[in-house]
Amino acid sequence: MKNILHKKLNIIAILIVGFALSTGCDREDSEDLRVAGFPANGDVFIDGFSGGLEYLPFGGSKLDAFTVDDETFFEGTASMRFDIPNFGDPDGAFAGAVFPDNGGRDLSGFDALTFWAKATKSATLNEVGFGNNFGENRFLVTKNNLRLTTNWVKYTIPLPDPSRLTEERGMFWYSEGPEDGDGYTFWVDELKFEKLGTVAQPRPGIFSGQDIETETFNGSRFIITGLEQTFNLADGTNETVSAAADYFSFQSSNEAVASVNDDGEVVVRAAGNAEITALLGNNRASGSLTIVSTGDFTFAPDPTQDPASVLSVFSDTYGDIDGFSPVVFNNETLTASVLNIDGQRLIQYGNLGFVGIGWNGTSDLSGFSNIQLDIQVTQSFSPTNNLIVELLDRGADQAEGGGDDTGGGFAIPGSQLAEGQWVTVVIPLNGFNRPTGGGFAGNPNLTNIDNVVLVGEGIANVLVDNIFFF
Amino acid sequence: MNQTKRNITRIRMTLSSIAILLVIILGVTSCNSDDRQVVAQLTDLVMEDDFDQDGAPNSELWSFDIGTGDNGWGNMELQYYTDRSENVTVQNGNLLITARQESFEGSNYTSARLITKDKFEQEYGRFEARMRLPYGQGIWPAFWMLGADIDTNPWPGAGEIDIMEYRGQNPTIILGSVHGPGYSGGEAISKSYELENDRFDTGFHVFGIEWGPDFINYYVDDVLYNQITPEDVPGQWVFNKPFYILINLAVGGTFVGSPNSETEFPQTMLVDYVRVYQ
Repeated sequence: MKNILHKKLNIIAILIVGFALSTGCDREDSEDLRVAGFPANGDVFIDGFSGGLEYLPFGGSKLDAFTVDDETFFEGTASMRFDIPNFGDPDGAFAGAVFPDNGGRDLSGFDALTFWAKATKSATLNEVGFGNNFGENRFLVTKNNLRLTTNWVKYTIPLPDPSRLTEERGMFWYSEGPEDGDGYTFWVDELKFEKLGTVAQPRPGIFSGQDIETETFNGSRFIITGLEQTFNLADGTNETVSAAADYFSFQSSNEAVASVNDDGEVVVRAAGNAEITALLGNNRASGSLTIVSTGDFTFAPDPTQDPASVLSVFSDTYGDIDGFSPVVFNNETLTASVLNIDGQRLIQYGNLGFVGIGWNGTSDLSGFSNIQLDIQVTQSFSPTNNLIVELLDRGADQAEGGGDDTGGGFAIPGSQLAEGQWVTVVIPLNGFNRPTGGGFAGNPNLTNIDNVVLVGEGIANVLVDNIFFF
Repeated sequence: MNQTKRNITRIRMTLSSIAILLVIILGVTSCNSDDRQVVAQLTDLVMEDDFDQDGAPNSELWSFDIGTGDNGWGNMELQYYTDRSENVTVQNGNLLITARQESFEGSNYTSARLITKDKFEQEYGRFEARMRLPYGQGIWPAFWMLGADIDTNPWPGAGEIDIMEYRGQNPTIILGSVHGPGYSGGEAISKSYELENDRFDTGFHVFGIEWGPDFINYYVDDVLYNQITPEDVPGQWVFNKPFYILINLAVGGTFVGSPNSETEFPQTMLVDYVRVYQ
């Protein structure tokens, strides 16, 4: 068997040399260039490690998940076997590894990474691809959620742009956890880069092909996500892979308003509009980011209470409470982020139904009289809309439930808020007399407070800063 | 070492060339001698459209089928055929037929179908076109012919020669077929041809037939992949009379199925030339 295999390999090698000779216009030059470049070896694992290939498991993974199996294989004499651990396996919670050839290879003549695979049960392989050698991973490619079956199936992972892969080191990588808590085994065989000739109709995308528009302000930063490349394969299916930023070239329609660097990081610089788009090779990527900058951001006024009399939840002036979290419970569609604009932080909520702001433990507010917070509404709204603030107290057991919890709310009428302007709101702690959305009657006890809750009634998009008791 | 390799390579390449020649010789000799004589004579160019004039196709040669025909042109096709420049135009030396997803006269797609009926009809000869095909589920381009007596001799009696049909979801495969009385629709006499390491939507390919009194040879580029003779059809051989040419790009229908959410529109087929020899 081995002899036959070697013969086959020899023939393949000769054919490749023959191809190179027959396609080169100037034979001497092309030979010289070939010598100077990296080897154009597409084999990764046929019946064993190809020359230069290494195995490096991820930290925290089951280190012995990978073995060479000479009993189960698709073709030849051996395959790659991966044993995914059960949930709770002390040897590692997941399996994952990279298979680099750190000598580097020239993959520019190939158009796909292909392999045969099967599993002990139908499973979804979380991540599999190439371009990962625990280095810069500039040309990382990931196929997410590859469906494995119990039969040998050939899989094709297209190269997003082979011309960029003249010096690639990451030949193969994968990461997979248990399926519904259970481990399983899958095999990969005949793993190699191939020139199929049928990987066609490239359709790159950014933001997964969506056109996004965002109103923002100078100093904001955005990362371009959802970078992908889709090809149509010989069997008519479309195959989409995640592709690293280095495959793309990003452009801004107005560099003065928003600039974008090679890593896909966008910085907003001036008032106006700019559209961020991308090319992969010569193909325009679908999807875009339209920046609408309103100009310099106006920060909330610095609070002026004596720090000695303040219990701060979130504030650059007073610091944050221990374990501060802008979201501990929320409506499903809420978006929340802590923005950092030129070193100053504030909280941004979108699609606000309700959100609980929390911290470690509970706080005794019996020595405080008021809560203060700065609010800027970033949408149009009616004066009859409300933004409700609630306080939740967990009672003597200092834990949710137990029959001793209390809570109450205070409605800030829309008529007192303003779109695009900071409003400083001070609410006396004895003013939380409304029943809460969670069913408490109002007028909470103040000795074991652990949440400040915001509830939007027609006001769903707000900036919040400087939340503190005094 | 290099030198040795080169020598080996050359020898191997020579062997390959011999193998290829053998295949070609075998291919040719598998026809009977009469066929070879006929084929050799089909070099007299009698009709040619190179699509060199930008704008609408040459109206002295081409007409259009408009609308949805009877039951989606007999195949439950989904497109409305128009002669608008959005669907058919000549640009940069190519005929462009473009299928679009748009609401138009009650249909959800538009496209075009060109015919040479009453303008160019011929019995026998070599008919070929150089085309780049579109792709995607539910996309159905075709280069084909119908018996010119179809108005008085309804299909399938009139006969149909499909020089090239293709399903956009199978971008490496085309089909060549004949339809006639007793062997039409799903019973047509048909053979597929698959490209190796290439596909029909990424470059131009030549699709043609060599048609004589008792044979139709099908070829793609320089590969003859099928011959159909009267012995191959289970009914009357209806291919001894003039036929006219059709080129169209259908969307959906029984042959190909409907487009789905992954089908990209618009889809354009390019025709570099249509040539007929005698």
